[in-house]
Amino acid sequence: MNLEKFLSFDDIQKSLENRETDCKAIVNYYLENIQTKAHLNAFVEVYTDSALEQASLVDEKISSGKAGKLAGMVIGIKDVLVYTDHESNASSKILKGFNSQFTASAVQRLIDEDAIVIGRLNCDEFGMGSSNENSAHGKVLNAADESRVPGGSSGGSAVAVQANLCTVSLGTDTGGSVRQPAAFTGLVGIKPTYSRVSRWGLIAYASSFDTIGVFSRNVQDNALVMEVMAGPDNFDSTVSRKAVPHYSELLHFNKRAKVAYLTETIESPALQEEIKANTISVLDKLKEEGHTVEEVHFPLLKYILPTYYILTTAEASSNLSRFDGVKYGYRTPNAHNLESMYKKTRSEGFGDEVKRRIMLGTFVLSASYYDAYFTKAQKVRRLIKEFTEDLLTKFDYIIMPTTPTTAFKFGEHSNDPVAMYLEDLFTVQASVSGVPSISIPNGKDKKGLPIGLQVMANSFKEAELYAFAKYLTELNVNE
Amino acid sequence: MLSAEIKDKYELVVGLEVHAQLITKSKMYATDSTEYGSLPNTQVSVLTLGHPGTLPKVNRKAVEFAIKMGLACNSEITRKNIFARKNYFYPDLPKGYQITQDKGPICVGGEVPVTLADGVKKSIALTRIHMEEDAGKSMHLAGEVDTLVDFNRAGVPLIEIVSEPDMRSSEEAYAFLVEVKKLVRYLDICDGNMEEGSLRCDANISIRLKGAEELGKKVEVKNMNSFRNVSRAIEHEFERQIDLMEKGVEIISETRTFDATTGTTASMRTKEDLNDYRYFPEPDLSPVVVSEEWLESIKIAMPSLPRELHHKFVHEFGLPEYDAGVLTDSKEIALFFETLCTHTNNYKAASNLMMGPVKSYLNELTLHIEDFPISPEKLASLIALIDDGKVSFSVASQKVYPEMLQNKDKTPLEIAQQLNLIQESDEGSLKPIVDSVLAENEAKVAEYKSGKKGLMGMFMGQVMKKSQGKADPKVATKLLSEILDN
Repeated sequence: MNLEKFLSFDDIQKSLENRETDCKAIVNYYLENIQTKAHLNAFVEVYTDSALEQASLVDEKISSGKAGKLAGMVIGIKDVLVYTDHESNASSKILKGFNSQFTASAVQRLIDEDAIVIGRLNCDEFGMGSSNENSAHGKVLNAADESRVPGGSSGGSAVAVQANLCTVSLGTDTGGSVRQPAAFTGLVGIKPTYSRVSRWGLIAYASSFDTIGVFSRNVQDNALVMEVMAGPDNFDSTVSRKAVPHYSELLHFNKRAKVAYLTETIESPALQEEIKANTISVLDKLKEEGHTVEEVHFPLLKYILPTYYILTTAEASSNLSRFDGVKYGYRTPNAHNLESMYKKTRSEGFGDEVKRRIMLGTFVLSASYYDAYFTKAQKVRRLIKEFTEDLLTKFDYIIMPTTPTTAFKFGEHSNDPVAMYLEDLFTVQASVSGVPSISIPNGKDKKGLPIGLQVMANSFKEAELYAFAKYLTELNVNE
Repeated sequence: MLSAEIKDKYELVVGLEVHAQLITKSKMYATDSTEYGSLPNTQVSVLTLGHPGTLPKVNRKAVEFAIKMGLACNSEITRKNIFARKNYFYPDLPKGYQITQDKGPICVGGEVPVTLADGVKKSIALTRIHMEEDAGKSMHLAGEVDTLVDFNRAGVPLIEIVSEPDMRSSEEAYAFLVEVKKLVRYLDICDGNMEEGSLRCDANISIRLKGAEELGKKVEVKNMNSFRNVSRAIEHEFERQIDLMEKGVEIISETRTFDATTGTTASMRTKEDLNDYRYFPEPDLSPVVVSEEWLESIKIAMPSLPRELHHKFVHEFGLPEYDAGVLTDSKEIALFFETLCTHTNNYKAASNLMMGPVKSYLNELTLHIEDFPISPEKLASLIALIDDGKVSFSVASQKVYPEMLQNKDKTPLEIAQQLNLIQESDEGSLKPIVDSVLAENEAKVAEYKSGKKGLMGMFMGQVMKKSQGKADPKVATKLLSEILDN
């Protein structure tokens, strides 16, 4: 068996064109890999039958010349994206046995272009976590070092592509949940502009931050999937009506870029030495290539994490109220009245991190603390957003490390939630501001663990972001 | 019982919160049907049930209905509408929060003018009108241990109309509710049925010594399912609170429930265990912006309002206030009357016909005016018979009109002719009758001439009798007086 086949969608399309393979064979190839790498625990459920069935259908379409633009692509979806007649748990016990009656718009659009869904992927419960250790389905192993976390919350989605268990995968990114695991596993991972992709069918964590992102091995595949997924949707009133450019056809980069980097990120005491060095060498190379690179102060950096955690937990405490044992999912067998049903169902159904965030969110929204926390955080969010957007009108891109450290060991932060929250230090700025941000591989540390480089652009500038990301990967600075 | 003297020391202060269920075809944030009376849990999509991954979407019709109510109450219409979540746990609330409006309701301010029984007019100010969604229904069936939940009603659009604490008596509160009901029915946005729960009312009630500036501690009363019960609850609270005050017991802010069988209220929860609803802006809905064009199109499509029709009936048609009040009580009657008046200028006769024979026919058979068998045009031609002196009003309403109800093909004139009811207004044919009446009553004629003018009625009666009721009273009077007064 060859685990190194089909490393890009381009490979797959060429093999299909040359009639060296068909979709059924491709699906079988991935199914075999999934079995071999089952111990990584990336997949929660493998849709063997429906994937093979879909593969046959796509093969027929290919032979009759009617195939969509993703024919041959095999995708995995994070366990927070619903898929009709399939189970969805958000990696939580509280949704045990829950089958969705509809499909997320983002997933449906990929299926409509003949992508094949091979299964659902492990993640932190309701997308809350940075290590994929908070899952009712158990932890996911980083294929680069199996004693280490893959990052989170979309850890399963990252490892599925990292270990070549599918072509690309969908994750969700609320505060870094695509970009951080992409960095930890050496992949390309994007968080698009907030509202660029419909959230219909995304099990909500924090509605005003949640986005659906893509993991891939290269920028090209990522751009292609994003252009299919993005765009207006009648089911989501918050989604942008802006037309979606053909990102995958706009990847040629041939301009002089103006790039900013933030002192407070590059000089952060939490930043691992090799990550700093690799980030600086990229900035140096850009200067060398004739681009403008300037240092900018970002004094608000220290307020970002508190702002993020106040607002996201507030929304989460409300979003997760519907899981009460009344209508679907888990209901405690030990209750004798309404109140005990609520309390026991939720106490038994949610994991510790989710409970922590529900309590924090309930606290910051409570009448006596609302203004001190929620209102204040909303104001700070606006300041951060204004600062970021303003900076991104003066500069084309902001560059910074994706994470302060490379992948850490299991249990390293388990007893210290705040240390875990610091993992998101660099990724939450784009989440709080709503701007698109991508993580691309940027070499490895001394232990051979992947390092990520994060690039942000202004809202709805995904085309420019992808083109620059592709250019950066081709500079091969730290390879 | 409190003495009138003690009661008279205090002033009652009432504010009302009225929930009106909007009669849109689909729900506030989902496309499910809102049909009333369907089998339990048949109008429930994934959205209504709050399935994970679902997102709400605002029903623009419901927004329009809310705006109509605001325009009818002279409220200010909010252009950028933000929704909010009101968080609490209850089995009939599928999402664990209700999507409502907190800061920035769709209608701000406004007023509802009311007229009290003694004719006194008063304007009740509104604080706000906002949009929200209804919850499902919990059902505790006899013999069942478990509570059952029907989610059909969950998500049905509501507007909440919140008044200022402007009412000073139960009568004013009653009049306010009557007016609100009238408005929602005129606007065709709610069927206004309080017994079925499509109109619901909570009352905030407090008392204070007359002349005091500061408001007393308010008590919220719930579960009153008729206008009369709202009145009863307010009366009861007024006395209960006075009684406490007189005894020196502190009145506490609390929520109380009304018991219709005893006419009393009982405590449900005190302020200490009030829910903290943790309102915050709904992140799943983008703001609904009311554009100038949209607002204009709603304004253009506004139906006539009761007060506009009332004004027209009094000032254009010259009708008494009382008539205008009765005629505008129901939208359908008012519009029928308005149409009727495009076919006749005898507005008072038209009003008398509507308020008398037409209304009693509808009441007797419990029919709506839509089912009334006589068209406005035909009714107008009956009035024309009166105008032309062919029949008197009483003959028209008591003899011709009943026949019109039975016989839809004949015109009023044909009926009057057939029944031989056409008045003798021809002087030539009446003269012999008048002469013979006077000839038969010589003694009375002499009495009349000596000053007993009251006998005129007796002579008229005789003329009417002899003419079998067909004599035109005006002509008969004229003829009689020509002879007697000369």
